[in-house]
Amino acid sequence: MTATLPISAQIINLLAAAMLLLAFAMVSQRRIISLINLFMAQGAVLCASTLVVAISTGQSHLYGSALITLVLKVILLPWILHRLIHRLNVRWDIETLINIPMTMIIGILLVIFSFNLALPISELAGTITRSTLGIAIASVMLSTLMMITRSKAVPQVIGFLSMENGLFFAATSATYGMPMVVELGIALDVLVGTVILGVFFFQIRDKFESLDIRHLEKLREDQ
Amino acid sequence: MEFLLVLGFPLLGGIVLAMTGHWKHAAETNAAFSFLTFITSIFLTIRIIEHGPQLLYDEQIFVDPLNVFLVALTAFVGFTTSLFSRPYMRIEHDHGRLSPGRLRLYHSMFQLFICTMLLALTTNNLGILWVAMEAATLTTVLLVSLYRTAASLEAAWKYFILCGVGIAQALFGTIMLYFAAEKILGHQSGALLWTHLNMVKDQLEPTVLSLAFVFLLVGYGTKIGLVPLHNWLPDAHAEGPTPVSAVLSGLLLNVALYAVVRCKVLADGALQSNLPGQLMMGFGLLTVVVSALFLSRQKDIKRLFGYSSIEHMGLVTFAFGMGGPVASFAGLLHMTVHCLTKSAIFFAVGHASQQSGTQVMEHIRGLIKTSPTVGWGLMIGSLAILGMPPFGVFASEFLILTMAMQQQPWATPTLMLALGVAFAAIFNKVHPMVFGETTAKTLPHKPAMFPVFVHLALVLILGLWIPPYLADWFRQAAKFIG
Repeated sequence: MTATLPISAQIINLLAAAMLLLAFAMVSQRRIISLINLFMAQGAVLCASTLVVAISTGQSHLYGSALITLVLKVILLPWILHRLIHRLNVRWDIETLINIPMTMIIGILLVIFSFNLALPISELAGTITRSTLGIAIASVMLSTLMMITRSKAVPQVIGFLSMENGLFFAATSATYGMPMVVELGIALDVLVGTVILGVFFFQIRDKFESLDIRHLEKLREDQ
Repeated sequence: MEFLLVLGFPLLGGIVLAMTGHWKHAAETNAAFSFLTFITSIFLTIRIIEHGPQLLYDEQIFVDPLNVFLVALTAFVGFTTSLFSRPYMRIEHDHGRLSPGRLRLYHSMFQLFICTMLLALTTNNLGILWVAMEAATLTTVLLVSLYRTAASLEAAWKYFILCGVGIAQALFGTIMLYFAAEKILGHQSGALLWTHLNMVKDQLEPTVLSLAFVFLLVGYGTKIGLVPLHNWLPDAHAEGPTPVSAVLSGLLLNVALYAVVRCKVLADGALQSNLPGQLMMGFGLLTVVVSALFLSRQKDIKRLFGYSSIEHMGLVTFAFGMGGPVASFAGLLHMTVHCLTKSAIFFAVGHASQQSGTQVMEHIRGLIKTSPTVGWGLMIGSLAILGMPPFGVFASEFLILTMAMQQQPWATPTLMLALGVAFAAIFNKVHPMVFGETTAKTLPHKPAMFPVFVHLALVLILGLWIPPYLADWFRQAAKFIG
């Protein structure tokens, strides 16, 4: 390819790279406060990339989508999470079930897998963002990895929310975003889900006096 | 208008009961709202039978023979469950397991849960379908942990996380579907409407659609309880209050399966191969076999019937996977009779475990002596779910098996064997619980056995004689599935 990419596509690729970097940072982060800040940064990157796509393609509903992302994922959810851990008083370091270097290696393999998965689809896509689809799938995979490797409740939830971020990124890369009514519905579900989980954290802590979900391993077949 | 009321009553009920759910007549209010929902769903059904499929509200709502029968079924079981929950929750309250606040939460969330399921069934927009399915999980998470015991918290957490991950896969599938649709239908909100997609399904890109279907099947399959994504189901059924187990088993699984079937219609059209069907058959068969093997290891009565639900859902998934008018007919019939029978069993199980003060089967004995209706309800219900003639489950299982012999002979021996294993496991466990010696006292409130026997009578009627209009209705719905 000799032709240089238009400036907007370059910015989007840069933001996509940032997205992937943040996903890796989250997988390897041990401190819970930093994890929430990373989640906030991921939301900001998502918001910025949606905005750039909106400007460069003139898809007006993407402005709305960017606004939802800004309000929900950069402001509201991190604020709820910060308050939660403040109220629960759980600023400890996180233990992972697999050590960090091992997790990173698995993460790299997941990225390779995601790029292969995305290849046939991005060839079909006509969007300027199509090259970032692999990164979107990779972020979803990395968030899932994070949910699997963490033993505490709060990081699992942050993993869940960042998976949602990855899915939104995938929607923007492949199709310039879902219809507005669907995006609003998803945003509502995410918000309600976080609030319910907040309630839930208090229930778990009241019962076990800890948020370590290894307490939640009593229900087995051979009990 | 009927449609607006069908969704409006449970929504209104959810709001009213959020404020008054601890009031002493809250259980009656709950039943009244459910009754109104049920009545309006009947009017809706009559209208669909008379006028055919309808598109409402800017094409966002689509009601056809396939989903209107599920709407009526959902509203009916919602109503009978609310009747059952009245004495059940009173007894739980007397036993000191519930505070007024939790009772309010329970009543309100019960109505909202019904509302989200009805929305999932009637929406034409596959994105909204996803939103409603997720909302159905969210409304029940706090119900599973209603008793705040360690085990119930664990079950609810598992339920949330597993279904959350599953539903995220389904969202990715929906995005892929939209991606394929957008090429044909253009970038507009109509591109996720099922009716529009159905019209252009043969033009959709096959590679994208097969990927989308795999994600959708895995995602919604988590909710159906397909093996290996079934782990949440027995826990959530065992630890939540019994009315919640009844609606999870009888209704939520059906709705999730409905979502998969809708997606399968599109994937079938686009792929021109039997890949979706084969995937569903594979998952279905695996589910039937694994859950049948797990049945005999259960010690908790609600876990036992949770696994039985997984088994039956696997069977229905297999039937829809085979496809064709007869197999789809059998699948729909099995969905109906399983829903009715299983919720009846859970009603009986709820009272049985209250009576004995435990859910451990070894300690539940001699139900027939302490309260004959509960004992007979459990016994007849178990026989019905095990596929004994003349109950409806026999008819549908017989149809599924004969179709399997005709279309997929390789699968038949496995299916027969699994059904046999399930029969032995459940019958062996239920028999001593019903007959046998006991010293347990009777319950402080009269158990609600009316819904149990109404359900079982309906299942019996469906086994002996399917009314012609109902058969016609199933046939029309089966034609939609293809």
